[in-house]
Amino acid sequence: MVNLEFNVEACKSCGFCVKVCPKQVLSIGEHINKKGYRYAQSDNPEECIGCKMCAAMCPDAVIEIWK
Amino acid sequence: MEKIYTRPNALNKSVSGYCPGCMHSTITKITAQVIDELGIGERTVCVLPVGCGTLGALYWNLDMVISAHGRAPAVATGVKRVSPDSVVFTYQGDGDLASIGLSEIMHAANRGENYTVLFINNSIYGMTGGQMAPTTLVGQKTTTTPGGRNPDTDGFPMKMAELIAQLTSPVYVARFAVNTPAYINKAKEGIRKAFQNQLDGKGFSLVEILSNCPTTWGMSPIDTLSYINDNTLAEFPLGVFKDREEEQS
Ligand SMILES: Cc1ncc(C[n+]2csc(CCOP(=O)(O)OP(=O)(O)O)c2C)c(N)n1
Ligand code: SF4
Ligand code: SF4
Repeated sequence: MVNLEFNVEACKSCGFCVKVCPKQVLSIGEHINKKGYRYAQSDNPEECIGCKMCAAMCPDAVIEIWK
Repeated sequence: MEKIYTRPNALNKSVSGYCPGCMHSTITKITAQVIDELGIGERTVCVLPVGCGTLGALYWNLDMVISAHGRAPAVATGVKRVSPDSVVFTYQGDGDLASIGLSEIMHAANRGENYTVLFINNSIYGMTGGQMAPTTLVGQKTTTTPGGRNPDTDGFPMKMAELIAQLTSPVYVARFAVNTPAYINKAKEGIRKAFQNQLDGKGFSLVEILSNCPTTWGMSPIDTLSYINDNTLAEFPLGVFKDREEEQS
């Protein structure tokens, strides 16, 4: 069981996390944060293997992970 | 559950001022992680440049000095010499370090000052809107090279890591990238080594990190990842150009 937590107000919608996830867990969602960016979200949390690639790649330290 | 990826404490709680997908944010984040992991945040002094890196003034949770353009190595020399127990690093762009500050960095390296230099090479002047830097790729379009950089009139990209590795004094000179998770992990280890050398009193370390500027390159953040892979890495090879430790062993 892996838990991803997004600090959505820091997300800038760059898409890096979505691109590097090997299990297609993430997407850019429809909701917009205070700075006007559509932020990243987890669509398939049960597929997550906790590899940390998304968090490593995220420039803005949006993603924290518990395993 | 165990926390396996944490936002570093050497960053404050604000959102970085960098553009979406800008690797200044990535490099700042991994450096902050190294500072946390070494437990040196309380005694680290960050010497900021002029350029987008100055936005770090609102993002690092560290003591900081902002220097005049290109003069970070001179300021860091002063800080480290009067306060040798401080851990001092400069954080400089390629316009700052390789253009207006070329003299400062070469002489600081040649004196073997005992601090750490992080050189963020995005091959353009980001903050001022995308002019050619000494590191701009051949053929790369900028506002001052609208037809692409032409070596006949503009020279070739300057390879600062290789140049500095030619000097006798530096102990560690290396180049990394951050456009994949694997490269990010390697860059983090290089940054760690550059700080550890300072803690061990060994002398001058410089880590060059290949970066992007989606805004002035005129690309989406995602497109900069493959641009670096296909173009920047072809001009600027990754590697360790000097490691005094390995020379001695
Ligand atoms: C003495 C002086 N000359 C010129 C400038 C204008 N200026 C501000 S930032 C900059 C270039 C920054 O480029 P770089 O170091 O590559 O950093 P980036 O913004 O790309 O991270 C220049 C020329 C200045 N602030 N001070
Ligand atoms: S990598 Fe970070 S900033 Fe970029 S979309 Fe994902 S969570 Fe947002
Ligand atoms: S202008 Fe370029 S270098 Fe500056 S913050 Fe934006 S993307 Fe980064």
